[in-house]
Amino acid sequence: MKTDLVKNAAGRLVPVTVNGEPAVPYQGIGKYKPQKNKHAPRIATCADYPSDGNKLVPGLKEALVRAGIRNGMTVSTHHHFRDGDLVANQLFDAIHELGIKDIRWVPSASFPCHGYLIKYLEDGTIHHIEGSMNGPLGKFASEGKMRGTGVLRSHGGRYQAIQDGELKIDIAVIGAPAADPFGNANGLSGPSACGLLGFALADSQYADRVIVVTDNLVPFPCIPWQIQGNYVDYVVEVEHIGIPEKIVSGTTRITKSPDRLYLAELTARFCDVTGIIRDGFSFQSGAGGTSLAVGEYFRQIMKERGIKARFARGGSNKYLVSMLEEGLVDYILDGQTFDLEGVRSMAENPRHVWTSPFTSYNYHGKGNFAGMVDVVILGATEIDLEFNANVVSHSDGYLLHGIGGWQNCLFSKTVILPVPLFRDRVPVIRDRVTTLCGPGEMIDVVVTERGIAINPLRKDLLDKVKGTDLPIRTIAELKEEAEAVCGVPETSGVGDRVIAVVKWVDGTVLDSVWQVRT
Amino acid sequence: MIVQAGNAGKDIRSDCLVEMESADSGGIRIELDSRVERMYGASIRKLVEEGMRYFGISHARIRVEDQGALPFVIMARLEAAARQIKKDIPEFLPPMLKENEYPSFPERHRFSRLYLPGNTPKMMLNAGIHKPHGMILDLEDSVAPARKAEARVLVRNALRAVSFYGAERMVRINQWPAGREDLPYVIPHRVHTLLVPKCEDPEQIMELEAVVETIKKDHGVKEPVFLMPIIESALGVEMAYRIACSSKQVVALAIGLEDYTADLGTRRSDEGTESFYARSRLVNACKAARIQAIDSVFSDVADTEGLARTIEHSKQLGFEGMGCIHPRQIPVIHAGYAPGNEEIEKARKIVLAYEEAESKGLGVVSVGTKMIDPPVVKRALRIMDLAVEMGIVSKEWRNEPHED
Repeated sequence: MKTDLVKNAAGRLVPVTVNGEPAVPYQGIGKYKPQKNKHAPRIATCADYPSDGNKLVPGLKEALVRAGIRNGMTVSTHHHFRDGDLVANQLFDAIHELGIKDIRWVPSASFPCHGYLIKYLEDGTIHHIEGSMNGPLGKFASEGKMRGTGVLRSHGGRYQAIQDGELKIDIAVIGAPAADPFGNANGLSGPSACGLLGFALADSQYADRVIVVTDNLVPFPCIPWQIQGNYVDYVVEVEHIGIPEKIVSGTTRITKSPDRLYLAELTARFCDVTGIIRDGFSFQSGAGGTSLAVGEYFRQIMKERGIKARFARGGSNKYLVSMLEEGLVDYILDGQTFDLEGVRSMAENPRHVWTSPFTSYNYHGKGNFAGMVDVVILGATEIDLEFNANVVSHSDGYLLHGIGGWQNCLFSKTVILPVPLFRDRVPVIRDRVTTLCGPGEMIDVVVTERGIAINPLRKDLLDKVKGTDLPIRTIAELKEEAEAVCGVPETSGVGDRVIAVVKWVDGTVLDSVWQVRT
Repeated sequence: MIVQAGNAGKDIRSDCLVEMESADSGGIRIELDSRVERMYGASIRKLVEEGMRYFGISHARIRVEDQGALPFVIMARLEAAARQIKKDIPEFLPPMLKENEYPSFPERHRFSRLYLPGNTPKMMLNAGIHKPHGMILDLEDSVAPARKAEARVLVRNALRAVSFYGAERMVRINQWPAGREDLPYVIPHRVHTLLVPKCEDPEQIMELEAVVETIKKDHGVKEPVFLMPIIESALGVEMAYRIACSSKQVVALAIGLEDYTADLGTRRSDEGTESFYARSRLVNACKAARIQAIDSVFSDVADTEGLARTIEHSKQLGFEGMGCIHPRQIPVIHAGYAPGNEEIEKARKIVLAYEEAESKGLGVVSVGTKMIDPPVVKRALRIMDLAVEMGIVSKEWRNEPHED
């Protein structure tokens, strides 16, 4: 579809309409404040629901029919089963069998297991995807094979879009490791236990119809009700909703790569030297190998100095859980559990608290938790000389990651990106990022194995590292060093068609993802 | 004829496989399959074409399967393949990094020396950032016999193109006399120290030194090339002192306990009872010859506590360093062999006395009633530099108040 492009406040060319609907170009941080009310779902009445509270329906297809599925509807799923998800694929098998076409699929994230759905993109069952596109789906979309325009949102941005009515969900399908016939559900027990269902919260509140799918039906009441049955229309029991070993790993492992360990150690030392690690501080570190290792180095420093953290934000894992249990951390405020220890702890420990994108990340709310965190450790595929960063695409233009909570976490007091200077010859620091996901003014520190670059806006941090033995360099020096080793990369040949847009946390369009020339 | 060099496959990174088929016509045909095609495809093709022109090969089919190999790796793989098609091609050398042009010296500290498999580029690229005292590009046990030829080319290119970050530039050659073939690939490229494995005869060292001298002269190499024989057999242990004295270039002896214990017909134990004699004998031989004694590698990478205990014992026996096989071992080894407080205190006094004597124009340095020889001053300076480098004392230690 031909659409007009404008240059937004970040200097990126973005479309003014996306999938036929008007879109607001990015205006700057904190600039766009919509003056209207939130989306209001229709009023339901108990008269239309079983008086005994039993909302069980025999099969997904039946539930979809009762929910009034039609061509062109918007259907959502969630990624709390990660690469072990069996819900989305079963769901689209059912939709396909019903002969329904042109579905807008809104997953909170997709995983390689969803490569299965390419056939439904090809045969017209799915029109396009609004949600992260990884692996095979990312390749499919990047090569321009998807009909509509993809929309990439952060976890907080997804909540915001649903809440604001920017993204109206007709049918939400929520996979639940434990649920009762009324629709109360949680992620804490059952063969597909994943910890929590926070990513599905917005859908349960705002979707027109909500279907809970479980492989572990329990009698009422299912406690705790992370998803409240009062929002739920139908409950479906199926044989399997997930592959346990792919949902949470039995054991999370810290990286063994000496280079990554070095990066992690340098990051922790930076936080120590600059006084970020202090009594009562808070931190968030992801589940990647390097991030896990940063957490472990934090632990060592905290133990040595007798420092306690007030809270840590999850993705939780056994390392974070052990810090909680050792008393090094007062609370874990958790967005997702990455291993069985995380699930166990969340079920047992009242100080291990499940959160949602509403509490943690939603930008159109009366504050959120992300901004309160003292330091957050994040990844990036590319960073440019203005500290702008990319997390969704590869330097060759292919989509390869979702945004996740990444954009939302940029509101933390100090944002640190530990990245290798180059990955298999591909330099991470570029003149200009292929896709802009995070404005440079929000990114404070880039740690590489060959030096640390501090954003010149953070004069306070630059002062604190003066006279220390930390290897401080400018970002331009790091880029030069990478290019001296790898060679200067040729400009990537991307096409001129927009295949997806990246939304900022306020729903405005931050950047376009362009079709890759094949 | 179809020939190959390098590595490809699912788990290979930062390397490439070059397959070459000679032809009588058709020019140079390049088939490139690269994971960095979009960013470096054109420059890889250009490099291959340049190489083939340089080798004087006008007709060939070349397939490059690339997993993000850096240019010096592609050049090495291309040359190693071309050498199998055409003998006597010129060396296709990457530029020598300016930052690699620094000297070594016999007494430098050799607490840690990191082994890097000579045919695995991925492990070489960032090894220097872990700051080992020495980086060893290994042509011996970590390279399969069929891959020795291509590894030599890669090691040569790595000596030029990989930053060593100030580490001593070491190569472990193959056991003498097979190692003779390795020398032309390393001597002209600023290697500091050769590790000579399974050494058990001073004659080997003398022969080796003569070959090194010839190559040095041919290439106008002025800097010394030091030798570190590795003693790995019962006979070697018996000959240790004579090996230590066999050349002025021998700066250290290292012991290799895996082969040694096999030679004894026993196995390495945690307590090391079986190697106590050999290790003591080696230390004694080294001290008698005024060179460094270097201990065997500790092979359980995950067991840092065991490593620390072993180093404590090793330092007590008189060893001054240890080989390592994983960068994680480096900080533990450095902390273990670092000068103790008493040693630093003594060095501090000597350096201060020396600097005071120098500023007063005195020819003689003394601490208390004791005269200090220049080599002692030099050693004391090194200890203080090291203590600063390791963060044990501050850079400003000269100006800091100190109780005397």
